[in-house]
Amino acid sequence: MAERIIAGRSIVPGEADGEALVTSEPLSFWGGFDFNTGEIIDRHHPLAGVRAASRILAVPFSKGSSTTTAVLLEAVRAQTAPAAILTTGVDAFFALAAIVAATMYGRSFPVVALEPADFASLRSGAYVRIERDGRIHVTHGEAG
Amino acid sequence: MLNLTDRDRAMMSGEHGPAPQLAMSILVRMAEVYGAEALMDISQAHIDSTIYLGDATLEFAERLASLGARVAVPTSLNVSGVDECGWKDWAVSPEWAAKAARQMLAYEKMGAVPTWTCAPYQTQMRPSFGQQIAWGESNAIAFANSVIGARTERYPDLLDICCAITGRVPAVGLHLTANRAGQLLLSLIDIPEAVQRDDQFFAVLGHLVGQLAGDRIPVVEGVTVAPEEDQLKAFMAAAASSGRVALCHIFGVTPEASSLADAFQGPVPGRAFPIRMDDLRSARNELTTADGRALDMVILGSPHFSLAEFARLAPLVAGRRAHPQVKFLVTSSRFMKDEAEKAGVLAPVIDFGAQVTLDTCILASPMLPPEIRTLMTNSAKYAYYAPSLLNTRVTFGSLADCVASAVEGRVVRDDTVWRNE
Repeated sequence: MAERIIAGRSIVPGEADGEALVTSEPLSFWGGFDFNTGEIIDRHHPLAGVRAASRILAVPFSKGSSTTTAVLLEAVRAQTAPAAILTTGVDAFFALAAIVAATMYGRSFPVVALEPADFASLRSGAYVRIERDGRIHVTHGEAG
Repeated sequence: MLNLTDRDRAMMSGEHGPAPQLAMSILVRMAEVYGAEALMDISQAHIDSTIYLGDATLEFAERLASLGARVAVPTSLNVSGVDECGWKDWAVSPEWAAKAARQMLAYEKMGAVPTWTCAPYQTQMRPSFGQQIAWGESNAIAFANSVIGARTERYPDLLDICCAITGRVPAVGLHLTANRAGQLLLSLIDIPEAVQRDDQFFAVLGHLVGQLAGDRIPVVEGVTVAPEEDQLKAFMAAAASSGRVALCHIFGVTPEASSLADAFQGPVPGRAFPIRMDDLRSARNELTTADGRALDMVILGSPHFSLAEFARLAPLVAGRRAHPQVKFLVTSSRFMKDEAEKAGVLAPVIDFGAQVTLDTCILASPMLPPEIRTLMTNSAKYAYYAPSLLNTRVTFGSLADCVASAVEGRVVRDDTVWRNE
């Protein structure tokens, strides 16, 4: 199992590792994510019904409600947030949630922006480890 | 590289007190994320952080309030998590009501105007063309930028209040003229005027535009009717739900699109993405997730019902009664209800059997009892979010369809203009 390294741009620095959950569809966390269960609930979204808690969530950008940030803050408090969020561009919503969570609760999740081609190379199920400088180590499992 | 003024730095170091210090430290961190070179002044704010979700949103609000936070600019408040006077008629738990009310009190203490509405542009707090503002609430952001030509970035909850407390925002994004240029041309092709005049047209078009725009600023051409403000409100709410639209130019309609060259601030793209009747039909069909004709509740008012909407509803319901098995709910604000009452257009709605919930909505307050399974609405925003948030199924229709269905006790829709010939 080869490991490859992607150079991401660290938006909110931090370390995390876990199983990748990847989608090309943007997501609103309000109306799209249940912070009580850590599950994606937007029925219009291809990941509806999938648990995102503690996984490395790769979503190109946030859409919809301004309340996405507040849902993520609740999720950090309830320990149901993704372990990290990877995006294609700088997404202020995800970044803000991570910054306020660190201020309020002393814990947070890293947010890293990737080049579109790097983002497109990610697959759900891969094992991903994120470093503070934005480097992302990706290991594809047999099923990956 | 972010350059701060002496005053910004003084706030950050606590010289203005602990609340501006906390707000400025979050704001500066975000300015770095945005890649801003400076902060700039705003003259108004609208706070979406009012929405109570749980202990975290409440702790954030009470933390700021306990530090003595005061808003530095005129500030309106979005919907709350509870209708303080009416929650007992619904499935809201006393614990939820108490905590949501505490969160309301925290933001009132900061000196904001208790507008409690997701349509602040229809209150006395409506901004003006070119005004620099910091607004939260996706529909309000899209309306302020697009329909009014005020200037706000797409502010998320928790940041909007930091902008209000400091009176400052990162000088980036839609605050700056160059970033307001259209990026994608969407052309209506052969859309009959009868469809464009239909009550559902702008909500359906908004739903489709939100999906097509991705993260770009869309420019729509081919609208041949003069939309009413509430139709543009429906469009913007739909586009900001199905997508991330914070600014949409509509050629000939919105103030920064008197010509296509204005909307694009230069050359118009050679290729337009076409929107045909079939695309609109599919978009309209997507908004209906219910099948069959069962109906438990008609729900109107996302964004909050306006005086003009009450005035349109009143003659449709006058002298009629809603079916006893169907609830009929209108969500609005305390201010707008008073206006409707003064104008004489509230009484016919109440006599019809409607209930009016104030200052919140069915998405922001856990109001609906579990036996409510099928909804009907003329709001694309309700139609988008209710299936996921409330585990309900929705039929989308016109205002007249909603009234007719409430009377009959089952879904009836007049689809004439939407049918394939």
